[in-house]
Amino acid sequence: MAINRRDFFKLAAAGSATLAAGQAGASGSEPFDCSESYGVLVDTVVCIGCRKCELACDQENTKSGRAPSTFDDKSVFDKHRRPDKNAFTVVNRFDDPADPAKSYTMKVQCMHCNDPACASACIVGALHKTPQGPVVYDAWKCIGCRYCMVACPFQIPAYEYDNALDPRVRKCTFCFERITEENKMPACVSICPNEALTFGTRQRLLEMAHYRIRTNPDLYVDHVYGETEAGGTSWLYLAPVDFTHTELPVLEAGAMPSLTETIQHGIFKSFLPPIALYGLLGLIMHATREKRDRVAAEEADNE
Amino acid sequence: MSSHEHPHPIHTRFFTPGTIILTVLAALGAAAYVYRLLAGLEATTNLNDQYPWGIWIAIDVATGVALAAGGFTTAALADIFHKERYHVIVRPALLTAMLGYTFVVIGLLADLGRYYNVWHPMLPSMWQGDSVLFEVGLCVMIYLTVLYIEFLPIVAERFRGQVNLPGPLRHLNHIIESFLAIADRNLGRFISIFIIAGVVLSCLHQSSLGTLMLIAPTKIHPLWYTSISPLLFLLSAIAVGFPMVMFESLLASKSFKLKPEMKILSSLARYVPILLGVYLAIKLVDLTIRDAWPYLWEGSVQSVMWMIEIGGGILLPIILLLQERVRKSVAGLLTASTLVIVLGVALNRINVFLVAYTPLYPTGTYFPSVFEIAVTVGLISALVLVYRLLVMNLPIIAGEEEVEYRLPREVRRNTAQSLEQV
Repeated sequence: MAINRRDFFKLAAAGSATLAAGQAGASGSEPFDCSESYGVLVDTVVCIGCRKCELACDQENTKSGRAPSTFDDKSVFDKHRRPDKNAFTVVNRFDDPADPAKSYTMKVQCMHCNDPACASACIVGALHKTPQGPVVYDAWKCIGCRYCMVACPFQIPAYEYDNALDPRVRKCTFCFERITEENKMPACVSICPNEALTFGTRQRLLEMAHYRIRTNPDLYVDHVYGETEAGGTSWLYLAPVDFTHTELPVLEAGAMPSLTETIQHGIFKSFLPPIALYGLLGLIMHATREKRDRVAAEEADNE
Repeated sequence: MSSHEHPHPIHTRFFTPGTIILTVLAALGAAAYVYRLLAGLEATTNLNDQYPWGIWIAIDVATGVALAAGGFTTAALADIFHKERYHVIVRPALLTAMLGYTFVVIGLLADLGRYYNVWHPMLPSMWQGDSVLFEVGLCVMIYLTVLYIEFLPIVAERFRGQVNLPGPLRHLNHIIESFLAIADRNLGRFISIFIIAGVVLSCLHQSSLGTLMLIAPTKIHPLWYTSISPLLFLLSAIAVGFPMVMFESLLASKSFKLKPEMKILSSLARYVPILLGVYLAIKLVDLTIRDAWPYLWEGSVQSVMWMIEIGGGILLPIILLLQERVRKSVAGLLTASTLVIVLGVALNRINVFLVAYTPLYPTGTYFPSVFEIAVTVGLISALVLVYRLLVMNLPIIAGEEEVEYRLPREVRRNTAQSLEQV
């Protein structure tokens, strides 16, 4: 195939861009196609802020022992909350920046990225993306380095700092056993009274999200958060306001681990760079030793 | 031919006012360390979900590894490039590296939530090739082993044929003796393999430490977030190696009342402005390419810290060490090397891992707790004490005692008088 000049420059530009920014695709691990993996669509326009999802999650996962009535308390909305080791999901209420009289509520939890930074960071593979969608955690492998917490672009993993013996990383499990073995929906989705949460394959959810935007353009901003953010996520969001006004971070389209993985796999490409460095140093060692011995021999001759 | 003696154990008192203070600090650190293991991270640290890493990672691990770089740079200079006159500093640098990495691991264990699982990365079933931390961990483990192997001939030289453990331990005498004999006989032939391996392993993990934070582009300040961060980490580790050797050698001379090795250290110091200059040039070019200069004028904590790091830790030592006068003076070398170590490299690692790190939903800022500081200070104190202990018992330092160079007082007085008469 003949490559003309323009194509060549395009290729070169693409190549250097890949090197410089480590765009998705250059990433070493082949992130599998997540379109048939499970996901959840969170429609914050429909959400009424009842906090039932928090209750269901607590009873299913964290089992903190809080009385169900505590989850009816709406005064928690006065303060911004984040998920922690005792709550894998929390609902926050925000004012609509365009109309302070209006507000919306938004549930947050692990986004279950298609190419998760936490799993790429993990030194022992204690976190991994399952083909079904959930990013799951094996506590018995974990060494407790907390690099996953540094890496997560949504700042989700929490840690049991108060546990001196066997602390765990804690985050939403996407109810892995429920959805893969018991054939049920995640606890939060099951309980949601207003169908603000929809469980399904990622592909179907994206179609549904865009359909809702198309049919109700005055209710939604034209943006499905999680479609491209951080390389795509299993959990997707619809919102009545621009996402820059929400608590979800502004993220680029590329997968988070692509730069570090490009560097790592470059350095260890078939172990060639380390072997080449080893050989080069060996040659230098040999050459300088011979020179030293020759000089020493000459000096001995001169004496 | 050489004006230097062969390395020999230094005879001096172990306890001085300085080492007594260090012993107290080390004991306090040990107590804090044990308390951390029993009570957990929440009771002893200011770490939280926003700030998962503190000074135990930034100082004990990241800075510790960087400052132990003298081991591989000196080995490369003396044993690979065969610059023979630097052989006298190979052993002290090797000891620093060996102890440095040992204390890095001890410090890391305090930080790990499940420290008893620290061996997991060695299990092939848990290998995780995408993880930068996995590579750093494995390289450090192998390099530490290589350092112990490189150190073995020094132990064999001192104790071979003299192993004499008391009491029930005497049954081990024969085993240790034959082990030392085997090491002594055979290591010489293979030591080159380990020396080169040490340099390669160092290049790998010194650079990879710089890759670690690149996984969090939205949390790291743009002054330090650059895709060439691994290169910068490697170059700064190489640049700090010799200042570290100079710093230690001068302190050891002072403490053990030895003649400072000024001839060697001054000529070693000539390399430092070149290595620092390359590092600085690449750092500035990178800043220019990324259009990151405006962040320097934003007046934030980060911009001030960057200026202190570059101005005080890189630029100033370059200017100092370019002058022969400074290179030839003990105070000059000590000042310049301290600047590189503390501001140029230690502060850089603290900047990258802590100062540059801003969580997405901050509720406060991180400052280390009393326990965190006690452990870090205690580890550094313990390292200095073990260094002193080993130097007093093993052939590491080849210094000549200063007293030998002093003429008896009467002779000096007579000489002075005769000079006056002339």
